[in-house]
Amino acid sequence: MTDPSPASAPLDGPGASPQTEAAMLAEARRRSRRSFIGLGLAGLAGIGGWRWLVSQPTDEGIPYPLRNALDANSRLSHAYFKQTRLAPEFARSRAKTPRVNGRVGLAGDVDPATWRMRVQAYGSGKTQEFSLADIQALPKVEMTTELKCIEGWSIVVHWAGARLSDFLARYPLATRSGQPADPLNPPADLAPYVGMRTPDELYYVGLDMASALHPQTLLCYEMNGEPLTAAHGAPLRLVTPLKYGIKHLKRIGTIAFADTRPKDYWAELGYDWDAGH
Amino acid sequence: MKQLVEKHPLAIRWFHWVNFPVLSLMIWSGMWIYWANDVYRLGWGKTTLVKFFPQSFYEAFHVDHKLAQGMSWHFVLMWVFFLNGLLYVGYTIFSGEWRYLLPTRHSFKEAVLVTLHDFGLYKKPLPVRKFNGAQQIAYTSVVIMGLGSVLTGLAIYKPTQFGWLTTLLGGYEFARIIHFALTIGYVLFFLVHIAQVVRAGWNNFRAMVAGFEIVEIEPATHKLEAGPTSLPAADASLSPQ
Repeated sequence: MTDPSPASAPLDGPGASPQTEAAMLAEARRRSRRSFIGLGLAGLAGIGGWRWLVSQPTDEGIPYPLRNALDANSRLSHAYFKQTRLAPEFARSRAKTPRVNGRVGLAGDVDPATWRMRVQAYGSGKTQEFSLADIQALPKVEMTTELKCIEGWSIVVHWAGARLSDFLARYPLATRSGQPADPLNPPADLAPYVGMRTPDELYYVGLDMASALHPQTLLCYEMNGEPLTAAHGAPLRLVTPLKYGIKHLKRIGTIAFADTRPKDYWAELGYDWDAGH
Repeated sequence: MKQLVEKHPLAIRWFHWVNFPVLSLMIWSGMWIYWANDVYRLGWGKTTLVKFFPQSFYEAFHVDHKLAQGMSWHFVLMWVFFLNGLLYVGYTIFSGEWRYLLPTRHSFKEAVLVTLHDFGLYKKPLPVRKFNGAQQIAYTSVVIMGLGSVLTGLAIYKPTQFGWLTTLLGGYEFARIIHFALTIGYVLFFLVHIAQVVRAGWNNFRAMVAGFEIVEIEPATHKLEAGPTSLPAADASLSPQ
């Protein structure tokens, strides 16, 4: 005969009397009371912790402990990041025109002929200007990738442009010493961050340099085989399937390099600065 | 006569009660995120049976316009959900509790009987054990669902760095659908779970808080008339000696 559990031991033999049963029930009540009070206190502690958290000073739109956690996630995913991991590509026939979700920074018209992209060199801060023809003179890269909006929708789009890494290899503005920024063997004096702004400075994004030098990060001038329209960022926009659409800055005005995270329009409103994939 | 019998180890009770609010907040913050692109529905063609979710639902629970907050909560609590689940699975493996929880080859037949019994269509008494076949299937499934949520979550959180996983799960959009469907699954699990807890009564509920049940013992033989401790009868080799 098997013994159901050690707890039945007091009942074995002559001890199984009404007195021991009453004692057992008293013990059960005591344990039960202790456990329920413990669970209640744990619940109150949880509610207290939550109230503490939501009452903390905000850091760009969210309580700073949540911001710290997002940043910790970023550091972890950057440790895992590899230039050789590519966003999947799709058949070009699947490409569609994405919806226009924001027009901040796009007020007024820009003439592609007179437009210039201003790039501030990392070391000297000296500004160099580039025309659309300068960008189009770089190797043209085409890719059909998924544009993922932070809202949750995604759409396949065919893009064409020059790799930002090719641009920074041809024009070595991202290092203090002026040596080219080789993504697979980054020089020690490479800027850790790059910031981009629209000509009117109303929309701005920041990128980590690893994402900026990724082979699928483009200075893009064509969408689905046509030159960009004004609403989609003509004459030149950023495209990177490593990031949500909020980072795909349209109508690039200025590019600058930085030692700390450049300001980012949506990160200021509570979103993850990294917003990366 | 009555006897106190240990049922749920302290560790399992902790994992259970940590998971409950954390999963609730994951679902809640998940709805804040989902609101920003609420395209899922049950239906065909232009016919919609259920829309996830109706406007009245968002308004009643103030779910709208909280995408940024939703993401920040979701990407913090995911760690608690993941680590708690990992510790739970690890504990069940090393403590041997998995023996009560994993379905056996008899569990599926038994689960049918349990279901019929609960709807009043099967009158004979059910086997007396810690978890019956239906429970074994449910509690194991929900752990697999948890793993599914973690993996599909990772696939849509980092679809480039974990591109192999995203592709394995049917792509970015399909992974998001699975992630959402699993959440609906938790809600359905919760409804059945609560109904069964209410049905099973106080003794059973108290065991998930205090750890023990009070059971009736036949004084002459010391045999349990009802109780939680027997191992799955289906596998006699696991019975304690």
